[in-house]
Amino acid sequence: MEANVTLHVDGEERSAVVETRTTLLDLLRDKLGVSSPKKGCDHGQCGACTVLLNGRRATTCLAFAVAHEGASITTADGLADVGDLHPVQQAFLDQDGFQCGYCTPGQICSAVGMLDEAAAGQPSHVTPNGGVSDPTGIKLTDAEIRERMSGNLCRCGAYVNIVAAIRQAAGAQAAGAQAAGTAADDTQAAGTPTAGTDYSGDRS
Amino acid sequence: MIPFDYRRAIDVDSAVAAATANPRAAYLGGGTNVVDHMKLGITGPGMLVDITGLPLDEIKELPDGRLRIGATVRNSDLAADPLIRRRYPVLSQALLAGASGQLRNLATTGGNLLQRTRCVYFQNVTTPCNKREPGSGCSALEGYTRYHAILGASADCVAVHPSDMAVAMAALDAVVVVTGVHGERSIPLRDFHRLPGREPERDTVLDHGELIIAVELPALPARARSSYRKVRDRASYAFALVSVAAVLELEIPENRGTVGAHPAQPPGPALIKDIRLALGGVAHKPWRASRAEEFLRGKEAVEENFRRAAEEELDSAATLRDNAFKVPMSRNTIVAVLRDLTAAQAGKEQQR
Repeated sequence: MEANVTLHVDGEERSAVVETRTTLLDLLRDKLGVSSPKKGCDHGQCGACTVLLNGRRATTCLAFAVAHEGASITTADGLADVGDLHPVQQAFLDQDGFQCGYCTPGQICSAVGMLDEAAAGQPSHVTPNGGVSDPTGIKLTDAEIRERMSGNLCRCGAYVNIVAAIRQAAGAQAAGAQAAGTAADDTQAAGTPTAGTDYSGDRS
Repeated sequence: MIPFDYRRAIDVDSAVAAATANPRAAYLGGGTNVVDHMKLGITGPGMLVDITGLPLDEIKELPDGRLRIGATVRNSDLAADPLIRRRYPVLSQALLAGASGQLRNLATTGGNLLQRTRCVYFQNVTTPCNKREPGSGCSALEGYTRYHAILGASADCVAVHPSDMAVAMAALDAVVVVTGVHGERSIPLRDFHRLPGREPERDTVLDHGELIIAVELPALPARARSSYRKVRDRASYAFALVSVAAVLELEIPENRGTVGAHPAQPPGPALIKDIRLALGGVAHKPWRASRAEEFLRGKEAVEENFRRAAEEELDSAATLRDNAFKVPMSRNTIVAVLRDLTAAQAGKEQQR
């Protein structure tokens, strides 16, 4: 059985006819030529295929394309352009957060989604008291970063620098949020994503 | 992967009718388990009925204080829900102890209950498995059994249920609301999953075509406290070796010190008014520790009693070549969870 599937990928509308058994990952890579999300394990265990699906991080290897008709997808490639990198991408460069680079697009999408989740106050397994009693919000300690990124494996073992990169990006985001708080009309200048940011149209 | 027809359900009734009419139909939620099984060849449905568009994605407080969780509420949303975090921390903690951030964003409440064992022999289609292929034999019995059951297993199957969420729900006396062509029924979560017996291929009591539409949580007594603790081979992103969900309600004795005269006497040990205890990673279903509960009700909340209750529960444990460690691990985890809950509640009461 075949079906026509239309997606909004990195700000562009893309359509293809696929078999129902085609995963979102295979549609992106094989039919649409979007090679930023990577096929690692193809079983939802490694996180290399992570994208932002309607604004939330998700593995694409365990999703059937036909079930996501009309979805908005942002890959690491669609987060920004060369010369104007997303703060998380820049942080991975600054901190040497990769070696072979195969897991990196998934790591970056996962980190962007994770920073939004934390900014929205979503607790993790290691958040003290489930974040209930702390009105100041989630503090992204290294333990928080490691726990929240545990779905992205790096077989080169670049974890130490990945944590450093996300620590840098989280710091920039917190500073940006503070700046936004004091100058509410100038949030764009802060250049950092806030909870629920829609990345689908970022690429112009 | 075997080709299949795909149907997007527009309402519950037509979804149930479509799935019931086709013996090879299955429902599709987040897909994080069933899609994997279709790739591996463990299952090959001829039709998928996608229920993620149905209006079952709300968490609602009912007039009588219960909470109704729609079947398609995503695991990440359920874990982060303010009411769940405040009233049922055991459930939020259990959800956050499972899978990864990107999987929890996809996985649904109903799908989590219906996920299947991660027994390596079940997942490897080249080895015999009674659950996957009834009558073919159990490869685990003579195989690698570090992750297998110590309670309620049978000669046909020693697999364990992998869910964290369901263990918390078992301790919360949750009720699964399902609907089929013959109407709606409510199944207590502790009766929803089956022990393997002679039919390990049947994980739950659901009939073909029945659809989970919600899970309902009863209100907890105001002073009850709950928590979830998971022991695993890695600090994150691993299935449980053993996990414990507990809901504990204590009776703190009145302080008998005379006000203003002498420093208050320390109060005696608290009494256990009510306790609900469930174990994960040890059985074919979330294991409600009824014998331990019975032992503890009305007794003093002290470590010796926690230990004796755990031993009472684990008296019937049957271990395999590689999983005898789960007996002391279960006992110690039960004791640790109850000790921490008691300390937390006693501390809070003294501040009143």
